[in-house]
Amino acid sequence: MKMFGKKWGVLAALIALMLAVAACGGKNEGASPSPSESSKAPAASESAKPSESAKPSESAKPADKKVVLGFAQVGAESAWRTANTKSIQESAAQAGFELKFSDAQQKQENQIKAIRSFIQQKVDVIAFSPVVESGWDTVLKEAKDAGIPVILTDRAVDSKDTSLYRTFLGSDFVEEGRKAGQWLVDQYKDASEDVNIVELQGTTGSAPANDRMAGFQEVIKTNPHLKIIASQTGEFTRAKGKEVMQAFLQAHKDIDVLYAHNDDMALGAIQAIEAAGLKPGTDIKIISVDAVKDGMQAASEGKINFIVECNPLLGPQLMEAVNAVLEGKEIPQRIVTKEGTFTSEQAKEALPTRQY
Amino acid sequence: MNRILKHHLFWPIAVLAALLLFNFLYSSDFFRIGMRGGRLFGSLIDILNFGAPLILVAIGMTLVIAAKGIDLSVGSVVAISGAMACLTISKGTGGDSLALVLTAAGAALGLSLLLGLWNGFLVAGAGIQPIIATLILMVAGRGIAQLITDGQIITVNSPKYQYIGSGALAGLPFSIFIVLALFLLASLLTRKTALGLFIESVGVSPRASRLAGIRSGWVIAAVYVFCGFCAGIAGLILSSNVASADGNNAGQWYELDAILAVVIGGTSLNGGRFYLTGTVIGALIIQTLTTTIYMTGVPPTITLVVKAFVVLAVCLIQSETFRQALVQRWKTRRYPAEREVARHV
Repeated sequence: MKMFGKKWGVLAALIALMLAVAACGGKNEGASPSPSESSKAPAASESAKPSESAKPSESAKPADKKVVLGFAQVGAESAWRTANTKSIQESAAQAGFELKFSDAQQKQENQIKAIRSFIQQKVDVIAFSPVVESGWDTVLKEAKDAGIPVILTDRAVDSKDTSLYRTFLGSDFVEEGRKAGQWLVDQYKDASEDVNIVELQGTTGSAPANDRMAGFQEVIKTNPHLKIIASQTGEFTRAKGKEVMQAFLQAHKDIDVLYAHNDDMALGAIQAIEAAGLKPGTDIKIISVDAVKDGMQAASEGKINFIVECNPLLGPQLMEAVNAVLEGKEIPQRIVTKEGTFTSEQAKEALPTRQY
Repeated sequence: MNRILKHHLFWPIAVLAALLLFNFLYSSDFFRIGMRGGRLFGSLIDILNFGAPLILVAIGMTLVIAAKGIDLSVGSVVAISGAMACLTISKGTGGDSLALVLTAAGAALGLSLLLGLWNGFLVAGAGIQPIIATLILMVAGRGIAQLITDGQIITVNSPKYQYIGSGALAGLPFSIFIVLALFLLASLLTRKTALGLFIESVGVSPRASRLAGIRSGWVIAAVYVFCGFCAGIAGLILSSNVASADGNNAGQWYELDAILAVVIGGTSLNGGRFYLTGTVIGALIIQTLTTTIYMTGVPPTITLVVKAFVVLAVCLIQSETFRQALVQRWKTRRYPAEREVARHV
């Protein structure tokens, strides 16, 4: 009996201990968010701090210390990109910033390496156009921990944590689609018959293709006469644009409007339309997006009726954002590039002064 | 009848006919050919015109595959050749002179031959596996093409150059005649001389061929050079068709389409016997399928799935084993019924 009681006592003690441990664990679990929250809070204040501390340092010695901007570019894969690079270099020089420029040659590893070296060199602001959307969390966190604000240009990242970068400066592809659609709606507002539209989409699944399609459709819905009778991908290239347009012309006898997601496809389609004995811009109205040099040339010749600009010259806006960040101002998470539109006449005027 | 069924071209032609029949039923306009500005105009002509580069690349690929090789670099060679030609024309003075266009074409084709020789050297000389050896140029070639074009799209304005890809001769696209000439050249070289036999024997067993007195290395190098040459001409046609060179996108995935065309045409990837006519029909099937998809308005998001299904069906029909399995199943299914009929009679 005595022994039994002792056994029970040990058991009771054991259970009590386990409960205590469990409770402790539970408490720990319950408590754990608060440390992480509190660790987040300092981090947040930390990221705010450098800009505050940068502000006095900048205002204190603007003359003797230049602002250093690290920029990691995607590469030089297109005329658009080259113009983008040039704009950033020129406006950095104008703003009196020291620009550390790195070309990633379309490889994410190179870009991450470049950003790490910017962090080591303790630049004031890092800006970059991510090659791909994903896989940036680690390096962005490193920048944040080092207290260097990051600005994304032209392309976005898919990080859930938006505190990792200060702002995303770039084109709004949906808006581009809307602008294209709006012009068409205005052109055909008194249309009493159906207007047949064919669409040359960009690479299937790419953000510009999806968004330019969505924006366009959203606007032309307002007029039931505007009908998209065929839509196919031209993969953003001239060759495919021509091939698909040629098939469209065979399959549909009464195309009124062509909407191409970029200039190159429109240029290919123009050749197909000419080969079919029709006049591009007259027999078939053409709307396109991008406004690269060849596209503007075609527009000035009246072969493209309306071009929505996708502006690579975001240097000045980037420098403004850099200044705002350094002065500790609140800036919006999303800054849309200033973009214009061109009709044929406007293209003719603008062509001589175009930089790209 | 049985002899027709057994002919190696029967199934490819049947598939092509089925595709054309589908188009005819879908829209009778498909076969309408009109005359416009002294040239024929219609879907069939478009298929021949746009299919021309693929046919050329596939002809070269057939010989490489017959010699038990594979050339993954053709797409890149297409891009390089187009870039080289357009660069020469845009840099040259005199704009539209015939001499300049010939120089450009010569430079592009010379470079293509060199690239083919490089592949041949890696495979035959250095003894690297063909798939790896040509993969090198497939990857590097895009870089070279972009280097030539400086990462930009070079637009040329030269009607003489554009004639190669979009001009018309006797009402037909000029590119068709290029294809015809090259096809005849390849056929004559391989069927009227011993070269075809050499290629087939090297494809079956390089060592045995060497012991029999064939210079296997030279034969292998020669087919890669020829393949590079074909890809070079395809590059000229492609770039001249749109009057511009795009180092990034020109000829992308051509190697895969070409290999597919060769396989549909009845040539085995294991090397040995090859069928040039089959390859041409295979390439036409692929181009007809592409045009069909554009014409019938298949949504872009499922285009590739549709293509994959048709290709799968074509390959299954082509497969001897699959056909026999089908026939056998059909026979065993019928058998009990036949027996029943026999019993009641």
